[in-house]
Amino acid sequence: MTMRSASEMFRQVGAVAVLLVALAVPSAVVARQPPEPPAGFVPADSLPKQEQLPAAPLVIGAYAVAWVLIFGYVWTIWQRLGRVERELGDVRRSVEAGARR
Amino acid sequence: MKKLFAPCAALVAAMFAYAPIAIERAPYESTMGLVQKIFYFHFPSWIVMFSSAFVCGIGSAVLLFSGSRTADRVAAAAAELTVVFGSIGLLTGPLWGRKAWGVWWQWDARLTSALVMWLIFVAYLLLRRYGGPGSEKLSAVVALFGMANVPFVYWSVNMWRTVHPKTTVVMTLQREMAWPLLLCTLAFLGLYVLLLAARVRLEGRRAELDALFLSIED
Repeated sequence: MTMRSASEMFRQVGAVAVLLVALAVPSAVVARQPPEPPAGFVPADSLPKQEQLPAAPLVIGAYAVAWVLIFGYVWTIWQRLGRVERELGDVRRSVEAGARR
Repeated sequence: MKKLFAPCAALVAAMFAYAPIAIERAPYESTMGLVQKIFYFHFPSWIVMFSSAFVCGIGSAVLLFSGSRTADRVAAAAAELTVVFGSIGLLTGPLWGRKAWGVWWQWDARLTSALVMWLIFVAYLLLRRYGGPGSEKLSAVVALFGMANVPFVYWSVNMWRTVHPKTTVVMTLQREMAWPLLLCTLAFLGLYVLLLAARVRLEGRRAELDALFLSIED
């Protein structure tokens, strides 16, 4: 690479860098601007519905979910244990009947 | 164990019966208000899930190193309970977060790592159920990964910036809030021990049934 072509390449890179900085500075300045001040105070009861989310249904829902899962799981253990006990009884009876023959 | 089961169940039932009164008497948190009361079931469910993950991991390690069938039964029972109590934590958390943070879910370090840990134990159960013969050893290795995940989930809130409260919250609780939390945590741990005992019994009866079928075939 000759000295001339190298300096030309540096100039081009420099021009691109200056262009990028020139484009970035205004956007950064705009981004740093503080938000628009409110035109007036908003009473709490006139907030949109989403911001007035009641807590009670969420609390009741959380406790209901916990109890449904716990009781549901206890019920499945009860069912499975009952099924295995029945099956054990049936197999033992058939084994005893087979031994008697 | 059979003799202790009924009195322990009565004690746990009494604790759960008194829990709503204790929770109702606890003061409201200053910024979150009523919705913070989800904490009294949310936190104990995670404590039980973490304990259960350790029980499952230790049982799996014993199975891998000594081949103990009892340890395998305990591990299988604990894995199921890890998923159950993890589900309670994963479902009650978003109900709290919706009011406290304004969103149901946030892909931050704590929530994501907790979900991943829950999925590891779901994978354990699926592997045991559909993995075929010898799957108990493969699933035991999965359980070890699940157990190794516990410290990361627990300290994730202190290591990374997340929306979730830090672990120090519990240690700095006022007495009026700490007492109901302790009661609920003990009640959840008691319930866990009872459910684990019942679930291990189920595994034991299944093993007896399998042995009986094998003896008939022979």
